Amino acid sequence: MRARFALSLVVTALALGAVTAAATAADRPDPAADAKAFRDFFVKKFPKVKFEDFVNGPYSMNEDMRRQWEDKEQFPPYEFALEAGKEMFGTPFKNGKSYADCFANGGIGVRQTYPYFDEQEGKVVTLELALNKCRETNGEAPYSYVKDEMASLTAYMAYTSRGKPFDIKIPNDPRALEAYEKGKEYFYTRRGQLNFSCASCHVQNPGERIRAEILAPAIGILNAMPIYRSEWSGMGTISRRFTTCNSQIRGVPLEPQSDEYRDLEYYLSYVSNGLPISGPGARP
Amino acid sequence: MTTTMNKRPNTAMKKIMFAAIMMAAGAMPARAASEADFKAAFAAADSAEKEAGRLRNQWTTTEAALAAAKKAAETANFDQAVMSAREAEALAKASIFQATSEKERWKDMEIR
Amino acid sequence: MASSIRVRAILNGDTTDVQTLIQHPMDTGLVKDAKGEVIPAHYIQQLSFEHNGKAVFLADWGTAVSKDPYVKFAFKGAAKGDELKVSWVDNQGATDSLTAKIQ
Repeated sequence: MRARFALSLVVTALALGAVTAAATAADRPDPAADAKAFRDFFVKKFPKVKFEDFVNGPYSMNEDMRRQWEDKEQFPPYEFALEAGKEMFGTPFKNGKSYADCFANGGIGVRQTYPYFDEQEGKVVTLELALNKCRETNGEAPYSYVKDEMASLTAYMAYTSRGKPFDIKIPNDPRALEAYEKGKEYFYTRRGQLNFSCASCHVQNPGERIRAEILAPAIGILNAMPIYRSEWSGMGTISRRFTTCNSQIRGVPLEPQSDEYRDLEYYLSYVSNGLPISGPGARP
Repeated sequence: MTTTMNKRPNTAMKKIMFAAIMMAAGAMPARAASEADFKAAFAAADSAEKEAGRLRNQWTTTEAALAAAKKAAETANFDQAVMSAREAEALAKASIFQATSEKERWKDMEIR
Repeated sequence: MASSIRVRAILNGDTTDVQTLIQHPMDTGLVKDAKGEVIPAHYIQQLSFEHNGKAVFLADWGTAVSKDPYVKFAFKGAAKGDELKVSWVDNQGATDSLTAKIQ
């Protein structure tokens, strides 16, 4: 009985969700055009929102929530993780090297350049991936991608980049373009039994409620990461948010830092180029 | 010599009447499911779920139905186990349908 | 060891605005860990703010208050440079306190 209902739910939702527009042939990917269209869409949809404010997610959409958030930012809940992250970042590995040795400028003020496409490895490298690569190269065990130490470290690195605009590059390499396109496809693809795509919430319904939460716009949605989320009573990374979003729509999450997730982060970061890093952040 | 039907049906008669009513209602199979039935149903569901996995689009509810099927089978409740396995197969197939159709449909959602 | 209490008290006219962030797990005793064992209840039961020996804010808390609680309130009758003492006691008998100057 439930199976038949689920099937009809999918079919109905797919039919309702489809816009019967002529499918334009996606010849050569044009990320710059995509990014401009993306920006224009949100600016047009929310003419009263200052462009930089989009990075504040739901707080750019709702006055009451903004007030409460501004109050709490004087004593932000991510403060403890941030301090822990700073300490961890400065502590050398057993072999005497440190995180600073793995990053440009010693890892200070570089968060806005992640993810990047590594032409040698032929894949997208996110900040979280780079941190664990740094650890493993120096004989240390990798951290879980979703919270705790990884959240503290990325909180510190984000903090050192506060205010710097996202500066994601797509090199003239067909593999990089492919990763970008795959990320874009993931973003718009419906999944899970609830048949949502990222776009269902963050393009079609920013500012609206899903259950008790106000939805954030997709543009600038990664700028505040990692976040202290009241729902989690703790910190969470980009990996945590991607995996939990999947399970919330009844899709089995992929492994953190899977190809799909890294490509998605690449796409979302690129189309938010120009918006300032605001992390670490606090969310309901 | 005349014979009349006993007014109170005997036990065998009751069983036949019950099965007939149930079959008419369509609520139960004509006979109880066997372990072999469960194994076949589970294999079909499992194979569909693996295909969904290859498409990177499994549903949490499919996994839950598979687990329920296994759990029911452990206590030899094969009727329930088969029902759960069939539900899992339907969910897995729906997720495969979703993944294959979304390969093209996603473009309809794209901001241009 | 660093205090669990961070406090900021600022005088605005005749009103002192106080904000506090306290690091505490505030475990309800209803949650199980990965092994399936209950994480024992561990939460602040009493929180007090004292100015010139007099309590200006008292809280009796239970398990409904979330982890790392944040408190904001205002009171009258203080002067710049006065001391504000924040202290808490939890259900396991642990305590912490901090004295800050009103700015």
